[in-house]
Amino acid sequence: MTRNRHPLFMPLILVGGLIFGFGLAYSHMARPEVVLDFLQFDDLGLPFVMFGAAIVSGIAFAIMPRIRDSAPLTGDVYRRRLKSFDRNVLIGGGIFGVGWGLSGICPGAAYASLGIGNVAILWALVGMFAGAYLQGVWRSKRAAADSSPASAD
Amino acid sequence: MIEIALFAELAAPGQIVPAEPFPNGISRYAIGGLLVGLGAVVIYLGTGIAAGASTFLESTLSYVSDQSRFKQYRASRDWRIVFTLGIILGAAVYAVFWQGGTWTTDVQPWRLLLGGVLVGIGTRVGKGCTSGHGVCGVGSASKTSIVGVITFLTVAIVTAQIVQAVGVSP
Repeated sequence: MTRNRHPLFMPLILVGGLIFGFGLAYSHMARPEVVLDFLQFDDLGLPFVMFGAAIVSGIAFAIMPRIRDSAPLTGDVYRRRLKSFDRNVLIGGGIFGVGWGLSGICPGAAYASLGIGNVAILWALVGMFAGAYLQGVWRSKRAAADSSPASAD
Repeated sequence: MIEIALFAELAAPGQIVPAEPFPNGISRYAIGGLLVGLGAVVIYLGTGIAAGASTFLESTLSYVSDQSRFKQYRASRDWRIVFTLGIILGAAVYAVFWQGGTWTTDVQPWRLLLGGVLVGIGTRVGKGCTSGHGVCGVGSASKTSIVGVITFLTVAIVTAQIVQAVGVSP
């Protein structure tokens, strides 16, 4: 996929991102206050955003594998987004939940928030990169320890 | 006092269903959500990729860090930057033509920073965020994603209620 990409690959990713980001801003999810209003039960609009989006994407995930074998720009087979379940899903989900509930910010909405001129969101973005880096260092070390034959335990 | 207030907050039945459940209407949320889904669908139709927003954090770190964890994302790191730039630009179009200017949050910097760190750790350990699990994963009827969404949604509600109960605002 990395080599010999179709010339329209990047333009399409950009257009998809534009619509995605416009939708996040239009839905006001780029405003942490609106997310916090949902989590504190003052405005129940958020599920319409998440499930509305999931229904639209769900239709594509259900239909495309039946009418085409592979995507035109990559040749990749149409698949659903399925990830393996393990306790990391619960642990990570729990940590994400505390962060989301504390700040009202998740990754996509944070990028969109920068787009609507919310410079204060840079605090959250710096935090996200720091958090992603911390887990990356920790998991890289753990992976190295697991695969090392000289490991004592 | 804090514990009593917390208990009252969680126990108050009026909180679960507010007097005005949609003070800002439903259309902005529904239309915005459909557009978010459409953005993901456009990418999926052309490429077969079910995109999430949080992998960008790790894939971009692969430019500046040689930690083994980040290497797996090198193949996708360039288009993930384009996707993220698209999100920023799309939101900027909304800000200029609909919002009529910039908007800045009043949520305190320490909440954004600390929340961001936890979001950065949690979404990566938990294999996805509100777009990867919440939109593409739930759209795929993935049991892992549905469990992930229920987990982070429940924990976020409890966290936000506690934050509100102890009087942190904004």
